[in-house]
Amino acid sequence: MTLNRRKFIGSTAAVAAVLSAPMVKAGGHGKPRVVVVGGGAGGATAARYIAKDSKGEIDVTLIEPTRMYYTCFFSNLYLGGFKEISDIGHTYGGLAAGGVNVVHDWAVGVDRDAKTVALAGGGSVPYDKLILSPGIDFVDGAVEGWDLSAQNAMPHAYKAGSQSELLKAQLKAMPQGGTFAMVAPPNPYRCPPGPYERVSMVAHFLKQNNPTAKIIVADPKEKFSKMALFQEGWNNHYAGMVDWVGSDFGGGEVSVDPGAMTLTIDGEVTNVDVCNVIPAMKAGRIAELAGVTDGNWAPVNAADMSTKADADIYVLGDASQQGDMPKSGFSANSQAKVCANAVRGALTGSKVFPAKFSNTCWSLIAPNDGVKVGATYEATQEKIAKVDGFISATGETSDVRKATYEESEGWYTGITTDMMG
Amino acid sequence: MARRNILSILLSAVVLCTAAAADDFGDPEAGEKVYKQCKSCHQLGEGAKHRIGPHLNGIFGRQAASHEGFRYSKALVRVGAGGLEWHADTLDTFLENPRAMASGTRMSFKGLKDAEDRLNVIAYLRQFSDNPADIPEADPTATATDHNLDPAILALKGDPEYGAYLSSECTTCHQATGGDDGIPSIVLWPEEDFVIAMHAYKNKDRPNPVMQMMAGRLNAEEIAALAAYFATLEE
Ligand SMILES: Cc1cc2nc3c(=O)[nH]c(=O)nc-3n(C[C@H](O)[C@H](O)[C@H](O)COP(=O)(O)OP(=O)(O)OC[C@H]3O[C@@H](n4cnc5c(N)ncnc54)[C@H](O)[C@@H]3O)c2cc1C
Repeated sequence: MTLNRRKFIGSTAAVAAVLSAPMVKAGGHGKPRVVVVGGGAGGATAARYIAKDSKGEIDVTLIEPTRMYYTCFFSNLYLGGFKEISDIGHTYGGLAAGGVNVVHDWAVGVDRDAKTVALAGGGSVPYDKLILSPGIDFVDGAVEGWDLSAQNAMPHAYKAGSQSELLKAQLKAMPQGGTFAMVAPPNPYRCPPGPYERVSMVAHFLKQNNPTAKIIVADPKEKFSKMALFQEGWNNHYAGMVDWVGSDFGGGEVSVDPGAMTLTIDGEVTNVDVCNVIPAMKAGRIAELAGVTDGNWAPVNAADMSTKADADIYVLGDASQQGDMPKSGFSANSQAKVCANAVRGALTGSKVFPAKFSNTCWSLIAPNDGVKVGATYEATQEKIAKVDGFISATGETSDVRKATYEESEGWYTGITTDMMG
Repeated sequence: MARRNILSILLSAVVLCTAAAADDFGDPEAGEKVYKQCKSCHQLGEGAKHRIGPHLNGIFGRQAASHEGFRYSKALVRVGAGGLEWHADTLDTFLENPRAMASGTRMSFKGLKDAEDRLNVIAYLRQFSDNPADIPEADPTATATDHNLDPAILALKGDPEYGAYLSSECTTCHQATGGDDGIPSIVLWPEEDFVIAMHAYKNKDRPNPVMQMMAGRLNAEEIAALAAYFATLEE
């Protein structure tokens, strides 16, 4: 039997000795302090793991403005009627009970010399290591005619919660035979299959409640994640309902008028009843304020997710620019654990093990028709690099698809427990 | 039924509905085929030992979760302490949907929906119980778990601390508490079973592509480390 394509690790102790960072004591104060900004897939996981594994040796503060975290993952299933909004909301009580100091506030600035994070509510929090996992914000002017003041008329629903509820309400209120439009984002953006899973879930809802309605998708891309699987699914389940306009057909030449409720694709004006605008994305603004971004994202070192700009600031999840991993909750969670291990090692001298990353994204196309795509990754000098991967095949049996969907439900419980305790 | 009147009201309602079935004997030969699904976790017959699940010799008449030397889920211990005993009728209810009866059970099994399958597998199980004593003992089925792993791999002693770190990749999907909501529990498995299962994924002898991918890049020492860690977790 062959052990592994890659090198067999002779002794973990030897590896740890090579990799563990020199011990950095807390600078002149008692316990070392870690501040985490953003309690989502990346930040909650990092805070929880550092608190859990350091067993009280490190002070962990999490700064997160919302008291209830609504996962974007499964928010499409909420639109489709497979989940209630309450199923995708999670509180921070578990983290607090696990020893994390949870501060409900916005971080509004980072003083890298003083090593403090300023809060919107006043005051500041000192850190030895700062972990930013703020998710995404939208690029100004990305879609002509749309800005944040238009997000009620034309919701993005790409941060879950009230936006998801709004989009669902609009979907329900659509007139019979009406038009649901989506403006899809350019790469890179959070959750590559997300817009297309959403199209599937909207189609499912309309098929039940509004079968003569139409869906039009204006897309600045030529192809998208799991494209063959989604298109097969749309044909099988929602024949004739979905009109996907890719960049070849002007899908990138788009403007909207939220007052008139029109969408213009390549000069052609369409009246729409619901318009889901998902603009181009960038790192959550605090990353930029901390001065760790380069362009729209924050470049990081693959081995520990520390930023290229500042060795004491780490960026996780969607906001980071790390290489080959898609921007997903699974990825953010995976990166958080590598980072937690490294941060703990740097602050307390605990063993640091080699970085290993993985991701799997499940998508639901129709009831019991689930598909998945996944890959494993490793840290190289240059980036997080893909090692191996798989994707569901077209034409799979309904048993396989059902099992895939059930697996995604298991994953959802697993990851939310892993994040929130 | 008198012995079992301690069961919860909910449960007795279910039991009453299935009581008729419980008095019929199923076909143990057909049951042996159904049992194939159980075999990878539960040994049965002469020499049977606890593995991922407890062995099932002499299960009839036994209180649930009552074997010394097997670490049951808290959920099953609770229903056992609440008076649940295994008989044809209670087994029938449990096998139909294990988690309906013990919501936190680590038995990662969706249940047998087909009443006849349940009847048959219960008839098969009876052959390995003295109670009722008049059913003859059948051939033993307890076998070592099938594998062709190099004994050197099985002999590797894993480092639980390294396993704890590596396990964080598993707990994105597999709950560290042993819960199972569509993805099976992997806590408290005997180390050998864990190692065999992971190598089976690694060699693509087991089908799930996510697991093939995850196991595929773990070396033998890392698998041993994970096995060592998960074997010792507390619920
Ligand atoms: C429709 C949709 C479907 C998706 N489906 C999946 C899926 O099936 N699987 C999957 O793996 N991923 C999925 N994703 C992607 C996933 O949601 C994100 O990739 C993931 O949430 C990223 O984690 P994060 O920690 O980077 O950011 P987030 O989870 O967005 O967390 C960021 C947090 O930071 C907080 N924050 C922001 N700025 C500040 C500040 N200045 N101060 C304090 N706090 C701040 C925010 O309030 C937020 O709670 C989906 C996304 C969408 C939109």
